Amino acid sequence: MSAPDLLVVRGLVAGYGATPVLRAVDLTVPAGTIAAVVGANGAGKTTLLRALSGMIRPAAGQVLLAGEDLRGTPVEQLVRRGMAHVPEGRGVISELTVDENLRLGGLWRRDRADAGRALDEVYELFEPLARRRRHLGHQLSGGERQMLALGRALVGRPRLLLLDEPSLGLAPRVVARTMALLRQLRDRTGLTVLLVEQNVRSALAVADQGVVMSLGRVVVAAPAATLRDDDDLRHAYLGF
Amino acid sequence: MDRFVFLTVDGLSRGAVYAAFALALVLIWRAARVVNFAQGAMAVAAAYVAYSVSAATGSYWLGFVVAIVAGLLLGALVDRVVMRHVDHASPLNPVIVALGLVLVFQAVLGMVYGNEFRPADVPFSRSALTVGGVAVLSPYDLFVFAAIGVVVSALAWMFARTGVGLRMRAAAFAPEVSRLLGVNVGGMLTLGWALASGVGALAAMLVIPTELGLHPHAMDLVFVSAFTAAVVGGLDSPPGAVVGGLVVGLLLSYVSGYAGSDLTPLAVLVLLLAVLLVRPGGLFAPVAARRV
Repeated sequence: MSAPDLLVVRGLVAGYGATPVLRAVDLTVPAGTIAAVVGANGAGKTTLLRALSGMIRPAAGQVLLAGEDLRGTPVEQLVRRGMAHVPEGRGVISELTVDENLRLGGLWRRDRADAGRALDEVYELFEPLARRRRHLGHQLSGGERQMLALGRALVGRPRLLLLDEPSLGLAPRVVARTMALLRQLRDRTGLTVLLVEQNVRSALAVADQGVVMSLGRVVVAAPAATLRDDDDLRHAYLGF
Repeated sequence: MDRFVFLTVDGLSRGAVYAAFALALVLIWRAARVVNFAQGAMAVAAAYVAYSVSAATGSYWLGFVVAIVAGLLLGALVDRVVMRHVDHASPLNPVIVALGLVLVFQAVLGMVYGNEFRPADVPFSRSALTVGGVAVLSPYDLFVFAAIGVVVSALAWMFARTGVGLRMRAAAFAPEVSRLLGVNVGGMLTLGWALASGVGALAAMLVIPTELGLHPHAMDLVFVSAFTAAVVGGLDSPPGAVVGGLVVGLLLSYVSGYAGSDLTPLAVLVLLLAVLLVRPGGLFAPVAARRV
């Protein structure tokens, strides 16, 4: 099982202002797998996602998506390359309805018929959203907002999904359901996921690959199972 | 009673213009968080373009269409060339720049066309038709209602029902998230400026002939009334702007009819002050949305 690498990151340096948060990050994510980036607060996990989607401009390094260099691609073009980024706090637009939020995820697509099909699929996948189409974003519960943000990304039929802290502020039951859904999407549609998590246990439980970041660098990249089972590694980098 | 009917109709006709102008202010406020104090001067500039075209061709309608197009282009231009480059960190910056634009527009128009009133044409008669012995609406009033009704409905439909409208709303509410979803936020902002300025040009074309005529300052008082209308409606609410415009139009018509036209500028300012003191969010302020 040697899938081609969908995402290749080489020597990525990025940050805010003069001090880089990321210092030469290297990372590869094979197509159709889930990679979980874990690490302490301030390790640069969120910055990594923001640099990948172009929300902050990398100072150096290379990001290849399916072999294409993403350097200089405007943020709003990345959905067209197949990258979807669900930001921290999830970015549901409170003033828009559920249906409007979801449709927004597919508006850029030329293939209107398939955008409509993708929307229907998301409503099938997240049945509570279908019952709340006309509700405004701010009327939803935390779990529903999570579904909405995830569903909105899926309407664009991405190849690579970047997820920032999907478990943040959610009940364990909802977290478990989200993680199960990611696996299901990977198996069924070949979706590739790069997931950033504080919740190390559930992230490593769902992921194929575990990536440990510390102080702006990747210190370990290993099969998630290895990280889970290797006590020394866990103690050294994850503190449990 | 006749007088009341006349003042009411006149107030609504004037209010429709305020409504359109207030709507233009709200469009830019929602998209860019800028109160476009230059809107009056920009609209007058578009009206002067129409004046030149009509004078050269003899066609009112050609001038009318050119005014709207000139308004659209001017709005896009002001955004791309000026406002885009203003640091919005302090809300005062764009306000000062907009006031500067007013001076520039009015000075240039004064140099090109002269600081004198020029009579502006109307396409329909302004004398009121009588219904059952009571003078009610003039054909021109009907034209004003129809033109503004069409534009307001078209905008409402666009924002509520079309993909472009959804993109524009999303870009205004959450620019960063919208970019991640493939929305060209800068383009939506420019489109918002263009539409607002086009609506402003339409309002200027409709109202200028009913006042003293074309002059670089022709829209100054209309701007104050429309700004009051927008504040009455709550700067964030397009329906509020329309209702606010009609309310201000009626109020001014009654004040001028029953108390004397000298008092109308004062009445506008009193209303503005009262709303700002009692309900600064406007009468249509939405209940604050919970943000998470």
